[in-house]
Amino acid sequence: MTDNVPAVSVGNVGQLAVDLIISTLNMCKIGYFYTDCLVPMVGNNPYATAEENSAELSTNAEVYSLPSKKLVALQLRSIFIKYKSKPFCEKLLSWVKSSNCAKVVVLSSSHSYHRNDLQLRSTPFRYLLTPSLQKNVESKIKSLNWEEMEKSPCIPEISDSEFCVRVPGGGITKTLYDEGCSKEIPLAVLLKFVSEGDNIPDALGLVEHLNEWLQIIKPRCDDPTASALPWKIPSSWRLLFGSGLPPALF
Amino acid sequence: MAATFFGEVVKAPCRAGTEEEEEDEEERRETPEDREARRQLARKREVRLFRRQTKTSLEVALLEKYPCSKFIIAIGNNAVAFLSSFVMNSGVWEEVGCAKLWNEWCRTTDTTHLSPAEAFCVFYHLKSNPSVFLCQCTCYVAEDQQYQWLEKVFGSCPRKNMQVTILTCRHVTDYKTSESTSSLHSPFLKALKTQNFKEPPCCSLLEQPNIAHDLPAAVLSYCQVWGIPAVLYLCYTDVMKLDLVTVEAFKPILSSRSWKGLVKNIPQSTEILKRLMTTNEIQSNIYT
Repeated sequence: MTDNVPAVSVGNVGQLAVDLIISTLNMCKIGYFYTDCLVPMVGNNPYATAEENSAELSTNAEVYSLPSKKLVALQLRSIFIKYKSKPFCEKLLSWVKSSNCAKVVVLSSSHSYHRNDLQLRSTPFRYLLTPSLQKNVESKIKSLNWEEMEKSPCIPEISDSEFCVRVPGGGITKTLYDEGCSKEIPLAVLLKFVSEGDNIPDALGLVEHLNEWLQIIKPRCDDPTASALPWKIPSSWRLLFGSGLPPALF
Repeated sequence: MAATFFGEVVKAPCRAGTEEEEEDEEERRETPEDREARRQLARKREVRLFRRQTKTSLEVALLEKYPCSKFIIAIGNNAVAFLSSFVMNSGVWEEVGCAKLWNEWCRTTDTTHLSPAEAFCVFYHLKSNPSVFLCQCTCYVAEDQQYQWLEKVFGSCPRKNMQVTILTCRHVTDYKTSESTSSLHSPFLKALKTQNFKEPPCCSLLEQPNIAHDLPAAVLSYCQVWGIPAVLYLCYTDVMKLDLVTVEAFKPILSSRSWKGLVKNIPQSTEILKRLMTTNEIQSNIYT
């Protein structure tokens, strides 16, 4: 079973990507990840397609599943309460370990302005694998010609600083990766370098990239007239940038 | 980083909230004195329930101490004024507890002698039917205190045979619609309900992409997760201070099946509400 988890990160790209996966695959809600680590919020069904299914209440952390593809997705819809991000990571990884997932994929993003010259000239996608997942998927990842996230100075201000994995703007991504390594959890991180703004294209890019590996949906290569984007935009993505404008403004 | 219109490079706010690296850095630089200061601040921010009459703390959660069939929670001054005028004046209510909390917005320190203008959070039950509870909350409960509030009020063994109603207000500019918010006729009421709430709500449901926040969202999430029938009535208004028109926008709720018997004399309640408005206007005069 594969568990997809977003990190609350720059542009909310991971969360948008998980929304696309849940919406496109019409995944069923199977539970809540009830925690005191996330800021509370509620709203009606963000994936509603008709009046009949629009009245289901959604909370800030919910679990969805698609048994036919052995896929589980955890969606996080709000930010962490101060000092609660590490306890959340511990609870999340403890749940992941107890649920015996074959692998966990963390969808995330990192500040594009932190890229070095080499990164500026290459693909904006990067991956990371914990040692316990590496042996199973490394050859597949290599065949896709993916780029591993480069190490950078742990303390940039110090010239002879050691090098380590850093994910600026990645929220809990680095913590999940580090804890995944030390707790021997088969975990992968898939991220994109982004800037804040309209991050829908970034989310679409990230799920397409993920799909190259996991083959969640089959690409429509047989019909040249079909849209290149088979992903279903959730109804809750309406009005992302606010309400309509007053006509008197013009 | 981002460049402003005038060419200065500034650190752009990140929708991901506090940077994980900033928190890590803060923790690495923390001295033992900083850690102690943080612990003391956390203790100061703890939510405590106690009985004002006996000045004793409640040792167990409120709804673990008392059986509850109905719980109505008013959050914010307009919702509180509505319950005071239309529900609390239709019966005899006894105070059973008070929440004492401190944060940057709500600095109530002495809860034994609260003035009506101060922020407070008080719990009552109906003397003629003690399983009916009411909470009047005008203080802001910060995000790090909301789960504590839930634990102190609901406890760890939620009862599924109670029904919860939450009333609160939001500013109309928070409401997302394809029209301009200036064309909306506020105040208006919207509802959000849990899966097990079977009664039809008194107004239309809150449409996506709109969401509820803060304590009302914390209570409704708790009820949804634990299968408790609950409904949140959100009044969108352009007047956040105490306002007659905003308070009266909650009136459709009076016809709820579950509120039968709780509301007796509506014309008298309307008079009480008008007097409450007048009293408050005098108190808010900056020259007195």
